[in-house]
Amino acid sequence: MQVQLSHPARTIEIKGPKKAKDLFKELNLVVEAHLIIRGDELVTEDEMLYDQDQIEIRPVISGGSPRFMSHE
Amino acid sequence: MNCTKCKIRAVIDLPRHNAAFCKGCFNVYVHDQVSRAIKSEKMFKKDDRILVAVSGGKDSLALWDILLKMSYKADALYVDLGIGGYSEVSHAKVVQFAETVAAPMGAVLHVHTVEQEAGAGIKELAMLIHRPTCSTCGTIKRYQFNRVALEHKYDVMATGHNLDDEAARLLGNVLRWQEEYLDKQSPSLPASLDGFAKKVKPLFRLSERELAAYSVLNRIDYIVEECPMAKGARTLLYKEVLNRLETESPGTKQAFYCGFLDKQRKPEASPTTMAEKDQAMLHPCSVCQQPTTADVCSYCKMMARAKTHSV
Ligand code: SF4
Ligand SMILES: [Zn+2]
Ligand SMILES: [Zn+2]
Repeated sequence: MQVQLSHPARTIEIKGPKKAKDLFKELNLVVEAHLIIRGDELVTEDEMLYDQDQIEIRPVISGGSPRFMSHE
Repeated sequence: MNCTKCKIRAVIDLPRHNAAFCKGCFNVYVHDQVSRAIKSEKMFKKDDRILVAVSGGKDSLALWDILLKMSYKADALYVDLGIGGYSEVSHAKVVQFAETVAAPMGAVLHVHTVEQEAGAGIKELAMLIHRPTCSTCGTIKRYQFNRVALEHKYDVMATGHNLDDEAARLLGNVLRWQEEYLDKQSPSLPASLDGFAKKVKPLFRLSERELAAYSVLNRIDYIVEECPMAKGARTLLYKEVLNRLETESPGTKQAFYCGFLDKQRKPEASPTTMAEKDQAMLHPCSVCQQPTTADVCSYCKMMARAKTHSV
């Protein structure tokens, strides 16, 4: 399956079928800091992902200036 | 995984609440958390006029969306910082949201363009005055936000700070014991005599991941890329550490930040310390005379039990 990642933006190929949870483990990513999007739908961690799926792992954490936190 | 409430397929799981939700139930959950935040911190009333600071990111656009859907009177301010492509894209996303979602609900978008007033974008401006870009940015945003709030007579200004923002900031302040900043970390800061409008953070009960999920589920088109100046901020490190803890032990972030708010709300704790309380309750063990709060101390009880078992 095609997996789109950010920071830096890139697409990688991963062999399916695979549980979303195991994909996180394989890529060494923290669940709390990401969302998994298949096509344009959110999926939960126990979802099975297949070779024909278009997957995006989207980071959800944003930074900003430490002291002023005026980023938002 | 199925929705905890209505049993159809879930789209997101929330380990810290031991729940998973479908889109409909998740939206109810989000609105409920915001509503609790508004009430518990007395942020604003139904007919107050609110000015939301929007950046084009997920949190601030989600905040605007949520307040409008909860039928609050919420307008927004966007400050165009003039940071090349980043500002162009974020500006376009804000305008698109304003036109397609906010305007039909009667809300207005104010825009302040730094370049128009200062003659240069934020980066050039910061270089000119020899100050870091982010602090220049902070000063400008705070100033413009307050100016628009006062000029247009808004009752309150709202920002999209979420649970992760507040927990990370608290961690930073606690690590360095910056107590003078702790007082300012309330999600609701009253208006001050010197002309600052009231400031609130209605999203403080929702995590960053929940807000990103809300935006994706409700088709809010936000800018995913970071402001290019944000790289390497210490906040990111604190958030990363907190998210590792959260993954191992769900609920950590909320316990940390909301526990802090509870403590602040409570009137001064009684002056008796733990040690003093212990002193008052201690007396000699009836078997060995060492101090204990019970009749027989736990050591003697343990030994007594060991003897009965060994016979
Ligand atoms: S990262 Fe710095 S320059 Fe960019 S928006 Fe945040 S405070 Fe402003
Ligand atoms: Zn449901
Ligand atoms: Zn004893």
